Amino acid sequence: MKKINKNARSGFLNYGIVTAAFAAIQILLLVQKQVRVTLVSNTLQSLLVPACCYIVMAVSLNLTVGVLGELSLGHAGFMSLGAFSGIVASFLLADAVPFVPLRLALSMVVGAVFGALGGVIVGVPVLRLQGDYLAIVTLAFGQIIKNIIMVLYVGVDGKGFHVALSSDRFNLEPDGTAIIKGPMGAVGVQKLASFTAGFVLILITLLVVQNLVNSRSGRAIMALRDNRIAAESVGINTTKYKLMAFVTSAALAGAAGALFGLNYSSTVAAKFDFNTSILVLVFVVLGGLGSIRGSIIAAALLYVLPELLRQFDIAEYRMLIYAVVLILVMLATNNDRLKALVGRVIPGRKGAAANG
Amino acid sequence: MSFLNNVITGVSLGSIYAIIALGYTMVYGIAKMLNFAHGDVIMVGAYVCFFAMGSFHLPPVAGVVLAVLVCTVLGMAIERLAYKPLRAAPSLAVLITAIGVSYFLQNSAQLLWGAATKVFTPIVGTSGNSSLELIPGQLSISYVAVLSIVCCIVVMVGLTLFTGQTKLGKAMRACSEDKGAAQLMGIDVNATISMTFAIGSALAALAGVLMCSAYPTLSPTTGSLPGIKAFTAAVFGGIGSVPGALLGGILLGVIEIFAGAYVSTDLSDAVVFAVLIIVLLVRPAGLLGRYVPEKV
Amino acid sequence: MAEKKQFQKGKMVPVPSVSIIPERDLGKTPVLECSHLGIDFGGLTAVNEFNITVGRTEIAGLIGPNGAGKTTVFNLLTKVYQPTRGTILLDGMDTHGKTPAQINRMGVARTFQNIRLFNNLSVEDNVKIGLHNQERYSMFSGILRLPRYWRQEKAAHERALELLSIFDMQDLADHQAGSLPYGAQRRLEIVRALATNPSLLLLDEPAAGMNPSETAELMENIVKIRDTFQIAIMLIEHDMSLVMGICEGICVLNFGQIIAKGTAEEIQSNPVVIEAYLGKQQ
Repeated sequence: MKKINKNARSGFLNYGIVTAAFAAIQILLLVQKQVRVTLVSNTLQSLLVPACCYIVMAVSLNLTVGVLGELSLGHAGFMSLGAFSGIVASFLLADAVPFVPLRLALSMVVGAVFGALGGVIVGVPVLRLQGDYLAIVTLAFGQIIKNIIMVLYVGVDGKGFHVALSSDRFNLEPDGTAIIKGPMGAVGVQKLASFTAGFVLILITLLVVQNLVNSRSGRAIMALRDNRIAAESVGINTTKYKLMAFVTSAALAGAAGALFGLNYSSTVAAKFDFNTSILVLVFVVLGGLGSIRGSIIAAALLYVLPELLRQFDIAEYRMLIYAVVLILVMLATNNDRLKALVGRVIPGRKGAAANG
Repeated sequence: MSFLNNVITGVSLGSIYAIIALGYTMVYGIAKMLNFAHGDVIMVGAYVCFFAMGSFHLPPVAGVVLAVLVCTVLGMAIERLAYKPLRAAPSLAVLITAIGVSYFLQNSAQLLWGAATKVFTPIVGTSGNSSLELIPGQLSISYVAVLSIVCCIVVMVGLTLFTGQTKLGKAMRACSEDKGAAQLMGIDVNATISMTFAIGSALAALAGVLMCSAYPTLSPTTGSLPGIKAFTAAVFGGIGSVPGALLGGILLGVIEIFAGAYVSTDLSDAVVFAVLIIVLLVRPAGLLGRYVPEKV
Repeated sequence: MAEKKQFQKGKMVPVPSVSIIPERDLGKTPVLECSHLGIDFGGLTAVNEFNITVGRTEIAGLIGPNGAGKTTVFNLLTKVYQPTRGTILLDGMDTHGKTPAQINRMGVARTFQNIRLFNNLSVEDNVKIGLHNQERYSMFSGILRLPRYWRQEKAAHERALELLSIFDMQDLADHQAGSLPYGAQRRLEIVRALATNPSLLLLDEPAAGMNPSETAELMENIVKIRDTFQIAIMLIEHDMSLVMGICEGICVLNFGQIIAKGTAEEIQSNPVVIEAYLGKQQ
């Protein structure tokens, strides 16, 4: 019989790890300013905010895949919704809210709201489907979002706010500004994102996901994952809790998307395609289903390492190496002999689902 | 007349999707896995044919045969090296591995053959006129389209006879129903799965050549979107069902062409996927799929 | 609520069933009344004309040869399957169109023939999921950890341990449910069902896979549960010592039809029942 350790302590550890990593990087950056030695390269610095976004993406997708147990292949779609709505919001709020951190926060809230809306639109009809069918519909949804944003035009002029689905119908006055220009995406975005904002967003994500998992609602969600029929037999409303997990996950992805979008001066919808969804799914699976800490570490390492490899001679082999490593890790982690070996070395490794 | 032209284009595109979807559906039926690398096998098939015809000046038929052979071996190798060790693993691990294989094929192709888009020479209809005039000046059908539709029919009839009549085909059906029971009846499950991948990959190669003949651009990522769409077609028709793949493929092709013609070219993919979602909501197991409720 | 008014408390139990309703429950609304219940799968009639009445604190048995449709009856009662015809009244309230989750909230809890626990969660969490509808705090109180959350979680923790102590399982609270031995899993399923505060508990082969001494202990516990919680229990069981030992009313099912109803003695000497189990005597 296996004992399951209590969740509270391991949750606090996650806040600790994230805070320590943030503090360490901030100290390195400060020291670097003083002594003028490169401790954190420019490349690495530019990766900090996106890394935070991907950590949030991974933790939030883990809520759907690991905790709820439904495969989603369209998580980047919610990120996309959040990115573009956040960009538009920050543009519209530019005059009303001059204080940048507040404007960033509001934009991220808008991103989260749009992500959640997307989650409801996909979730309500779709969560009745199961297994691979849910996966294919989330995939389809991601493609639809990408396609629509590729032809979406949004702008403001003297007459107000304009939205159109083709350049012909986009009647912007000459004095107006286009925020999203179809295939060119969002251009001229004011870069509001900061590493601190990313750090705060990770903490909020951890708070939401970890506290949700360890509550009445979280238990209901995990019950649906483990045995839907038994969960119904004890009075759990399947649709409500599936939707709760799915929409929370989508909202967090939307907030991450807003932060991501506001980190670059321009963003195209193609950035959030099927491959991005898969990238995040890989973080979740390699980090361990249901393990929040695993998602954080896997997202940080697997996002930053391949990006850093770009500088070296092996740059062109980068993705090939990534693919091979991915296959080998999957083969190794599912090898029975290797598992038995690990089991002997570290007892109590198995069955750690939903405890990180 | 443009309506009829669209129907013809749609059906021929749909035939190609159907051939890819057949491979998807067979592999899903027997291995219960979403083989995301299937689309990239299409791309490899097209490259092999491209170089066989372009660099080695082989006749088109030889190019196609070579592509089919290479992909058959490739499909079996992928199955043996990457998927077979994971037969007892959780489906998500297999999915991620399939994605790894997909990235591997794409990036290998990029390193071997370059990222630049190549212009594919169609295997039929290159000399003189490329299409058959049905009503001069108004309705025509390209030779590639004719070939795609013919290939699709041949493949479909062949597969139906194969799965229904031959010993190996029956073994395949038995394995997709219940691997354990099939094994107890003396069926070599591993060999059967391997054979399924071989057939699926051979079909992918054929589809790759046809697709690049119809839309003559070839790059390392050529296979991914058609792969996803063929997968959609398979789900559309009811994944695991051979006639479903055919129906799903043809419908998908027609919907895509019509959405491009009457809605907007940029949104044709969005329409295709939206139709898929609606179909799944009405029929959760696809058009011809069987819905099996969980036993309590 | 409106539906309940039609069935006044104190309504007499219908005559044909009187024989198997314990006297103490007469004159109270029965916990379960099925009339003309039936379901067809395709063209096949799996259960037909199933009529039964279960008193408020009755222990009722549902027996029959394999494939007689016993589990199907449970699936009908809990709306895992929607009945093709007939009505099910719980506490006098109609259950037409209800979902399995709603049926549970109306007071029916069940266990499963092939155990269905939340295998990756702890024993305590399994019971707490049973307490789901008695805990009343929102998702937001949970995320923000408001005082309401702490109060209710503490109460749920205590209640879960209390319920586990019925089967002396409180020491297993931190163990993973899926790793428990078979017998403990069966008992945990009963505890989880009890946690939902049912008025009718359906047990699907609770003694399956148990040895005679475990079965004897289980029998005592079933009676103890009925006495402590004052609920009705209906069980499917192949172990005749258990059925004949504790069931006050027994219903025999064969080919989806009720072939006999009565007390243990009546059933034991009923020629139709003997024929169903042993075949026609030559």
